[in-house]
Amino acid sequence: MRIAVQSFTLSNGLFVTLSADHSAPIVAVNLWYHVGSANERPGRTGFAHLFEHMLFQGSKNVGANEHFEIVQRAGGTLNGSTWLDRTNYFETVPSHQLATALWLEADRMGQLLPAMTQGKLDTQRDVVKNERRWSVDNQPYGTWWERVPAIAFPPEHPFHHSLIGSMEDLSEASLQDVEQFFATYYTPDNAVLTIAGDFDPADATGLVEKYFGEIPRGAGKPALADMWVAPTFEEPKRLVIQDEVMLPRIYIVFRSPVFGTEEHYDASVAGAILGMGKGSRLVRTLVREQQIASEVNVFTFDLAKGADLLVVDVTAQTGVTAAVLEHAIVQEIDSMQMLGVTDSEVERAAALIETQFTVAMQSAGERADKLSMFATYFRDPALVNAQSECYRRVTAARVSRFAHDRLGAGNRATLVYVPRDGAPVDEILAGAGANLE
Amino acid sequence: MTAAINTNQRPEPTSPREYRFPRWQRHRLANGMQLVIAPVRRLPIVTLSMLIDAGAVSEQSGQEGVANLTAQALVEGTTNLSGIELADRFERLGGSLNAGASWDFATLTTTVLSERLVDAFGLFTEVLRSPALPEREVLRLKTERLVALLQLRAEPRGLADEMFARFVYQQPSRYALPEDGSATSVAHIDLVQVEAFYRSRYLPGGMTLVVVGDVDADSAIALAERTLGDWPAGTPVQVNTIDQPARSTRAVHIVSKVDAPQSEIRLGHVGLPRVHPDHFPVLVMNAVLGGLFSSRINLNLREVHGYTYGAFSLFDWRRQAGPFYVSTAVKSEVTGDAVREILLEIDRMRSQGIGSDELSLATSYLDGVFPIKYETTAAIAQALSALVVYGLADDYFDTYRMSVRSVTIADVLIAAERHLHPELLQLLVVGDPAAVREPVEQLGFGAVGVYDSEGAALPSYL
Repeated sequence: MRIAVQSFTLSNGLFVTLSADHSAPIVAVNLWYHVGSANERPGRTGFAHLFEHMLFQGSKNVGANEHFEIVQRAGGTLNGSTWLDRTNYFETVPSHQLATALWLEADRMGQLLPAMTQGKLDTQRDVVKNERRWSVDNQPYGTWWERVPAIAFPPEHPFHHSLIGSMEDLSEASLQDVEQFFATYYTPDNAVLTIAGDFDPADATGLVEKYFGEIPRGAGKPALADMWVAPTFEEPKRLVIQDEVMLPRIYIVFRSPVFGTEEHYDASVAGAILGMGKGSRLVRTLVREQQIASEVNVFTFDLAKGADLLVVDVTAQTGVTAAVLEHAIVQEIDSMQMLGVTDSEVERAAALIETQFTVAMQSAGERADKLSMFATYFRDPALVNAQSECYRRVTAARVSRFAHDRLGAGNRATLVYVPRDGAPVDEILAGAGANLE
Repeated sequence: MTAAINTNQRPEPTSPREYRFPRWQRHRLANGMQLVIAPVRRLPIVTLSMLIDAGAVSEQSGQEGVANLTAQALVEGTTNLSGIELADRFERLGGSLNAGASWDFATLTTTVLSERLVDAFGLFTEVLRSPALPEREVLRLKTERLVALLQLRAEPRGLADEMFARFVYQQPSRYALPEDGSATSVAHIDLVQVEAFYRSRYLPGGMTLVVVGDVDADSAIALAERTLGDWPAGTPVQVNTIDQPARSTRAVHIVSKVDAPQSEIRLGHVGLPRVHPDHFPVLVMNAVLGGLFSSRINLNLREVHGYTYGAFSLFDWRRQAGPFYVSTAVKSEVTGDAVREILLEIDRMRSQGIGSDELSLATSYLDGVFPIKYETTAAIAQALSALVVYGLADDYFDTYRMSVRSVTIADVLIAAERHLHPELLQLLVVGDPAAVREPVEQLGFGAVGVYDSEGAALPSYL
């Protein structure tokens, strides 16, 4: 499998990747802006994401709610998402509607502000507050995704604070913030554009120049605070959270090599050996053999700066205390850290990862998103074609070295969720330096 | 900038390129098993999916959940391989073997690189034909299901879905209980029932193998003949459940979650079966009502009022009448207001129907998005599965877009009058009774009951 990749840069700095594939008459348009919650100023947590909502509220030539309507009327799907270090916007449309998709994206990149009103901001603020209630406040364990970065990065670090934001900070966001954020970050030289699917590259290049070519370059964005952190926590961290949950759940977070490095592949294979599929260590021992866990997830955040995070997330079986569960997880991690992994485990993990990647690449939208990701972080979208090879080069020795260096007790931040009216917390608190919330 | 370029002008689309749903063919083995094969040569992968007439509706009363447990137990080992060995062999081929039962059928499915198809196929058929159904693993799966049900008590979205079904369908409709069984029914299932369910339902005459991807039809047929052809014939008995409503009047059911910052709302009634002459008008009507982001309900609740992160309406398609409902989560204080707006939208749809702009939005979306829906082998396999299970016409996917485009404004109005029933609506709210009860009572919607998370009436509210 080889994905077509062709890139060029407009004079205003917009980095463009074209990936033609004519197997179906559809085309994906995907933009990554290199801005995320890390770029928020103090007192404005959640703003990057609130801003993402504002990008669907129309622009100079697009009415309120028209963005969604135009794409859906064209027979397309669309959305956007915000992450710690980037925000993406994407649509997949029938291929004869490519110009419309590009025009919509260019109109909001070039001329968003004429459409911004206080009323729209107030409504989207309410929508986002409801998104917070829905995904964080009214969901069991829902606070995990702000607690994990919070415990893994020091308070002054750009990745520390909440991506969805606090209710107070969301209330403070103003139209002036919208204007400033737009002028600073939503510029062609801070974005990459990818087109993947059924199109003629010469035509597409012409359309991109026509719609994006006149958008002025930005004045540069302020440097982020120092992203550097030590490669490990250096000492265990721990937090116990009483929540509206029925069963204990434990997150163990490791600082891990950043996305794009050789060692990041080792980390993700280590994660797959621990928790991907029924044959993985944690599923095999905790779910199947000991029957003390009901669910296992292991994943990375894929952060390209500072440090990445590898997260082990295990939910207890009924009648199993957090202490028993934690002890068993720690045993498995200790064993991998001390004894390493086998060739056969690496082969299983690599085969699963390869299939997963190939399956995902069937979709034009997924291809475009991966190309934008490699373009944003490394200015090298062709890295998409190197992924299988990078995983194939991972050896048991490399994964064992990663485990030895990074999975030790000094690099573990543990979050323990326990039912509010459940088992005694004392036993769990006995761990070193525990805080209770 | 030259005057020739006006980027303020919205561009015109060019002419569309033709799209055809992948060609596929049927074949039948001598023992009655059907094959459906769609060669799709985009990437070197193949999806295998076995559909088995062993869904939740084929369970006996009191054994609800046995269909899903049986499907899951298949992949827990064979007479030759332990569960761990099986998982390990399969994962070394880069695949995972997924099994489960939905309302109308059970599925065993996997996607692998085509170079590994023959090996994967061997394991796939071994699992179907000689599962060990080990007692230890069956009991573990049973416990896992009970744990999932326990977790649901604190998870408002899943709880709302479950409780809504319970209040909408007349007992003992299978649809009144969760697809995977309730805590009571699952607790009673034992190995003997799982074995009996396997013996009575997993028969070649009730199975269809769907193969989609980088494979030619002849070799897929040869592979199936060789590994499945000598499975002795047999066909499971046909079963149905009842799909009648529990009540003939509107009612409110509040499931108490004290201090909840949001109310999970489900508002609806029994809908219509998957195969119905009004299917396409209903599809278009629902797209405008609440199916699209730009639908009336979502624009009203989210973009006009900011009550919610999102709201949608849905007809859940099953062989018999699945539910129709509107689903949203709103800030607790506006629960009554949000319900009022939804009711207005349902009434407006029935009294006024839709305009030509709305019709063209819905039909051009459903028509245009069709090729985007079938980018992956798994999605194509799923579409063909629906065709088989619901007995849709062989040219269904070739005529789908024409069927969508031929729906008229008049058809939609008739569909709304026939299939939206304001007088039968059941309102389910998972939320804080202290914040929700009074505003909901003031709506004058219907009698209000308050329940705990198990569905037992709370005496303090009687």
